[in-house]
Amino acid sequence: MWHGFPLRPDQASTIARGVDHLYYFLTAVDLSFTVLIFLTIFYFAVKYRRRSKDERPPQISEYLPVEVIWTVIPLFLVVAMYLWGSSLYIRNSRPPTAATEVFVIGKQWMWHLQHPEGVREINELHVPVGRPIKLTMTSDDVIHDFFIPAFRVKKDVVPGRYSSIWFEATKTGRYHFFCAQYCGAYHSHMTGWVIVMDPVEYQHWLSGAVKGESMAASGAQLYQQFGCISCHGTGKGPPFAGLYGKPVLLNDGQTVTADDDYLRESILDPSAKIVNGYTAIMPTFRGQITEEQLLQIIAYIKSLGTAEGSLGKP
Amino acid sequence: MSTATVEVPPAPLESRVHYLNKSYGVKAWLLTTDHKRIALLYLASITFFFFIGGAAAVLMRLNLIEPTGALVEPATYNKLFTMHGIIMVFFFLIPSIPAVLGNFLVPMMIGARDVAFPRLNLLSWYVFMTGGLMVLYAVISGGVDTGWTFYTPLSTAYLNTHVMSAALGVFVAGFSSILTGLNFVVTIHKMRAPGMTWFKMPLFLWSIYATSIIQILGTPVLAITLGLVAVERAFHVGIFDPAVGGDPVLFQHLFWFYSHPAVYIMILPSMGVISELVTAFSKKRIFGYSFVAFSSVAIAVISFLVWGHHMFVSGQSVYAGLVFSALSFAVAIPSAIKVFNWTATLYKGSVSYDAPMLYALGFIGLFTMGGLTGLFLATLAVDVHVHDTYFVIAHFHYIMVGGAVMGYLGGIHFWWPKITGRLYPDGWARFAALVIFVGFNLTFFPQYMLGYLGMPRRYAVYPPEFQVLNVMSSAGASILGIGYLIPLVYLVWSMRYGPVAGPNPWGAKGLEWKTPSPPPTENFEETPVVTEEAYAYPDGRQAGALIEAKESQ
Repeated sequence: MWHGFPLRPDQASTIARGVDHLYYFLTAVDLSFTVLIFLTIFYFAVKYRRRSKDERPPQISEYLPVEVIWTVIPLFLVVAMYLWGSSLYIRNSRPPTAATEVFVIGKQWMWHLQHPEGVREINELHVPVGRPIKLTMTSDDVIHDFFIPAFRVKKDVVPGRYSSIWFEATKTGRYHFFCAQYCGAYHSHMTGWVIVMDPVEYQHWLSGAVKGESMAASGAQLYQQFGCISCHGTGKGPPFAGLYGKPVLLNDGQTVTADDDYLRESILDPSAKIVNGYTAIMPTFRGQITEEQLLQIIAYIKSLGTAEGSLGKP
Repeated sequence: MSTATVEVPPAPLESRVHYLNKSYGVKAWLLTTDHKRIALLYLASITFFFFIGGAAAVLMRLNLIEPTGALVEPATYNKLFTMHGIIMVFFFLIPSIPAVLGNFLVPMMIGARDVAFPRLNLLSWYVFMTGGLMVLYAVISGGVDTGWTFYTPLSTAYLNTHVMSAALGVFVAGFSSILTGLNFVVTIHKMRAPGMTWFKMPLFLWSIYATSIIQILGTPVLAITLGLVAVERAFHVGIFDPAVGGDPVLFQHLFWFYSHPAVYIMILPSMGVISELVTAFSKKRIFGYSFVAFSSVAIAVISFLVWGHHMFVSGQSVYAGLVFSALSFAVAIPSAIKVFNWTATLYKGSVSYDAPMLYALGFIGLFTMGGLTGLFLATLAVDVHVHDTYFVIAHFHYIMVGGAVMGYLGGIHFWWPKITGRLYPDGWARFAALVIFVGFNLTFFPQYMLGYLGMPRRYAVYPPEFQVLNVMSSAGASILGIGYLIPLVYLVWSMRYGPVAGPNPWGAKGLEWKTPSPPPTENFEETPVVTEEAYAYPDGRQAGALIEAKESQ
């Protein structure tokens, strides 16, 4: 890579190098085929150029062995590309369990980010180097997309559901992030910086930053404020303690996992899935609760831990 | 065939009645059911749309010379790329070869007088123009900024521009595409001349047939999808907008179920044209006829099963990603087979460098590069990085402009003498082909690099580190723009002043070359009987043929 005219972005995450290696492999295969085709055409076009109008070329129009060869060789190559690309994809999309969770809300045309400790940022994300970070993302309005080229990660941020990406930065520095899904007038202004810091510096930044309450503490307050406690704290509704990540038996016999999307749906559309043994008495909170508050309540439920066993009377 | 070398000066065009001079006046054209005149109506219409869409592209490239936007506000920029996309995809590329060259050639190539439903054919032009005018209305009355992809809920709940008239314009134009496809399928099935069996058909017809199948099966899904967008926008019924209970990703499934096969509506006919050009200008039978023919069908079938590769980062499951990735790689095989067979056709041929052949060779090169970079996008781990960046823009322009438009221009130059009866200046035509090839690569190759560096698509402003490559791309675009204007000038000039072409100026095979240029309204004076294979150029290996060739020199 010569300076001033780079051919790839910075390699600043644990997965960047692997993606680049695959990219170089694809480039090499493509270049060799392009050169092969161009040279062959050029050679034939010159060697067999028309010398007189009455030329009668030999009509060679079928030869099975070459058809087989130029079907089978590309086939092997694309199978190799597929296997390499897919295995890397599966590896890259699985977040490490110890990842620190940061919450991201996209809205026309800015990014709101909130750390678990409660620190909020707009269009900037401070993270420590060498620690896996998981972004849990949703949108307030249209579809956006969170794209950090230097980390080689990208995911659509879709209203009405949670999507996530994870990364572990390997180099301190400032790296661009972009909205990559067209989202209206100022789509191209919906950009920002990931600031990767040395862990000590990061702690320093975190303690110096203006902090609200932690996500979970805010959620605990909402638990009171919205009156969740009057049912979920009294046994009329399923209890929250140990709920997160647990299998839940529904009254139609299905079992689901109590993940972010399930909790979100149960708040906004409570009658969609009824826990077995409970009645559908909960009102919807759609329109009364913001995306940020939803994330805080989920963080609160998450902070109560995961218990053994399953919810819902068998 | 020794008589072919005897130069008989062609008779002046006005000395006989043909489809162009049979009747005059606006009515004779607007109410015609002659497939050849309808082809020319389409030719005029889509040329108009091409230059409108091209103007939008020029303004976009000018804006991107400066990182802060040199020309327009972001909102205007968004309208420009939306207009460029909608017009180029739905009103130029999709109708280009099928509606112009297909209309002109399908009946002539199978030895028929017209298509199966001539009046339906005229109707489809009117339907097309209605849709086109609706989109132009949207543009003139303030524009639309959804992007050609109309993603929800942006398009249904958040934009105040003329989304309705644009979406309904595309909806209406879709019916024209369905009717044209239907007409060709029936025509090819029922109206082939005696002896014209399926495997004697020129490969152009195979590719038009495969395209027609996609048009008939795919376009209704687009119509339904855009209809649902209109319903949600007008009546706030929750279909795609999660705020009212819809699913925004459902829209993407429906949209790409049509719009990925639509890519093959654009490229398959071009592949058909290339098979005609490569054979005619190397005087050779196509290498591997049945492989080329069946690869068209294979591409058409697989094209319906790969839509999910547009959604690798939209939140579809990892497993769906794995399946769609595998199927997308599968399309590479029949595409590669075509490229290899065209190249092999040149082997030991008699290769001439007339203008149509330069376009054909340009097509093979650019399509190869476009197809191969498609592999990056089918590769999951790499797609995550380049998805929705300029890499994608570069890739599909290599396919749709480097491929489809080069094929279209090659076809126009090849059959122009048949359509108009006159030749264009060959030197200018070759020069234009070269300018287009160079301008194209200068415009779009830097965009691959921009994409891997991470520049997202649809950005009116961008960080300064991307400027050098953007300026290169814009410089290339100005060359490309000039390249497209040159043929417009000399082709129009040739309609009046070009030398008379005669029935078969290229010495090509195929029924369309056996009738005068321009053809009579009924195409053939008597129904031809087909006895030979497609591309039955004389074989130099036969002793008799060799001697005959020597004698005639």
